[in-house]
Amino acid sequence: MEKLETLLAQIGNRSETVTGTVNPPVYFSTAYRHAGIGESTGFDYIRTGNPTRKIVEEAIARLEGGDQGYAFSSGMAAIQTVLALFESGDEFLVSADLYGGTYRLFERGWRKYGLGFHYVDFADLDAVEEKITEKTKAIFLETPTNPLMQEADISAVAKLAKRHGLLLIVDNTFYTPVLQRPIEQGADIVIHSATKYLGGHNDVLAGLVVAKGEDLCQRLAEYQNAIGAVLSPFDSWLLIRGMKTLALRMRQHEENAKRVSAFLREHEDVTDVLYPGRGGMLSFRIADEKWVNGFLKSLRLITFAESLGGVESFITYPATQTHADIPEEIRIQNGICNRLLRFSVGIEHADDLIADLAQAFKHMKEV
Amino acid sequence: MEREWSFSTKLLHNEWKVDRHTGAVSVPIQHASTFHQFDFDSFGKYDYSRSGNPTREALEETIAALEGGVRGFAFASGMAAISTAFLLLSKGDHVLVTEDVYGGTYRMITEVLGRFGIEYTFVDMTDLNAVAENIRPNTKVIYMETPSNPLLKVTDIQGVVKLAKAHGCLTFLDNTFMTPALQRPLDLGVDIVLHSATKFLAGHSDVVAGLAVVKDEELGKELYKLQNAFGAVLGVQDAWLVLRGLKTLHVRLKQSSESALVIAEYLARHPKVEDVYYPGLSHHPGHDIQRHQADGFGAVLSFRLADEESARTFVQNVRLPVFAVSLGAVESILSHPAKMSHAAMPKDERLRRGITDGLLRLSVGLEDVNDLIADFEQALSFVKERPSISAR
Repeated sequence: MEKLETLLAQIGNRSETVTGTVNPPVYFSTAYRHAGIGESTGFDYIRTGNPTRKIVEEAIARLEGGDQGYAFSSGMAAIQTVLALFESGDEFLVSADLYGGTYRLFERGWRKYGLGFHYVDFADLDAVEEKITEKTKAIFLETPTNPLMQEADISAVAKLAKRHGLLLIVDNTFYTPVLQRPIEQGADIVIHSATKYLGGHNDVLAGLVVAKGEDLCQRLAEYQNAIGAVLSPFDSWLLIRGMKTLALRMRQHEENAKRVSAFLREHEDVTDVLYPGRGGMLSFRIADEKWVNGFLKSLRLITFAESLGGVESFITYPATQTHADIPEEIRIQNGICNRLLRFSVGIEHADDLIADLAQAFKHMKEV
Repeated sequence: MEREWSFSTKLLHNEWKVDRHTGAVSVPIQHASTFHQFDFDSFGKYDYSRSGNPTREALEETIAALEGGVRGFAFASGMAAISTAFLLLSKGDHVLVTEDVYGGTYRMITEVLGRFGIEYTFVDMTDLNAVAENIRPNTKVIYMETPSNPLLKVTDIQGVVKLAKAHGCLTFLDNTFMTPALQRPLDLGVDIVLHSATKFLAGHSDVVAGLAVVKDEELGKELYKLQNAFGAVLGVQDAWLVLRGLKTLHVRLKQSSESALVIAEYLARHPKVEDVYYPGLSHHPGHDIQRHQADGFGAVLSFRLADEESARTFVQNVRLPVFAVSLGAVESILSHPAKMSHAAMPKDERLRRGITDGLLRLSVGLEDVNDLIADFEQALSFVKERPSISAR
């Protein structure tokens, strides 16, 4: 197989033979003409399948080493559709340090329909195994976790899941297939908020799912079509465009994140730096909660905004942004204290990022 | 004092990075063709989108900042940018042009400017004596492309600028192959920088666009007048796509240039390849000047096979690069100048300039370099061994 960089740069190239277009067209057509009864080009109605969307779906399946890919209108729509595989009474073991939006969907949404969610720490697999009951049907894993950047051993979790007949679902948003391919390590389903690194430019909202196994793939295709939270043709095209530079961007994000984390570790106003050594995401704690607002207000280059994975650097305050929907005592108990900041390190020059952080630390005490 | 940001940071952070109304981190696409005037007596900044549009303006100001100029202009294509800049000339003026100029520019100069009484001379711009000898009293513009297309000849920019200034004429430079990431001609004294932004600036083979940048306010006013009068402006969707492409310019060009050097070295060693033209090779005649005036060697190279049949065999067997016109994209693009970029040039003229039938141009994309070399290796294995009696 060609290397990942090559697959990425060539997404959609040679996808049609009529015009020879190097860049795949955006098909806005909602319906497709049938030559006769029972005859189809493979495309009937835009919700069921669209040629532009198909390119991104096939690309992510290949990159993740799965059998089939599915594109959705957001990362949450992707998770929502995957949950449709389950029935009332089914239970999940879920990463305790979970994205707030996923937590909200589970607790305020699917709990009403009778699904159960138990939050566990995947660093301790024996404790996880003890929680498995006959109702447990799946494991929902984020690795590294958001925002505490804890990595789980996917292969070990997959073995546990196989032993108990559980479906393993992994949210691979933070690492992308450039750094981590969970299906190759035994996961059944991979989920992405493609809004983040895959899209990469902070300008498209999208979700992706990849699955392995014929039966699972067929059921997901059915639910994608039945629920209908599909990605629009134009956004599919923008996502393809973003993915072409994914490998390059990830390399630069990681290089910068390593330099920034080294700087933060040495800084007297920072108590902890949470960086797993890979990827472009890190979190850190400022020594005193009262400085946090001054720090955010003093940033000149780095943008204070929710979301991550774009070319521009973002700093997020999980307490009031991504994790605002998790009750405060649970949030703080999980380590997401009011001094914690999450940093999506962009592809700017690392020297400029470090200079901006340094001046913000200097000015935060004056604000 | 504000710290001066590095080029890779400037690509992402400028006055337009955040929408002033909503805080949006991506510039909105402003489709409006006309703008309401709130005050009967005093009109606002924008009135009609040909004259000015906020999305296009974001791109124009961004390229101006990146090139170190004061004013940028976005056009519907690289040729629209070049043609509009040439409209600064008048009947009876003379323009001195680099001889291996892009075929489309050659066509514009010989078939259009000529009809309006503008005289032209093509000259080997790498030879400063030849440049000096061909300057006439009515020479108003010296037009450079460096490295040139497709033979990657390097012009001494400052040398030409000096001659131009001594004779009171303007210098234009097509910076498409280098982009401001590698070469900033305005810093070297050039008056107008031109771009086919379709290439490395946008970088994804999905938008046709041209840009011009000046660093003199007066010249900026003149060019603005022509942009508005001629009206070959860039559409807003396309302006936005170019802006999006610019964000990864630095990383794309870094990767592609690295790969281009590796490929050039590989091709130079290959027995079936007669010549390789890449300024990054130490034996390239322009290597030293390029090192002096630019921050890199770029991602385009050309190489010569024995004849058209060899080029055909190679192209038919190569699997990764697309065989197409254009360059500067995420995917590698292989082209055959004789039948593509330089088809507009008469054959004897073309051969005289070294653009033979066996010449191929490669724009190196973001694929893994080992995948590309493996592909070239297998494609070259189909090319017939020949005694080197090539028809040069």
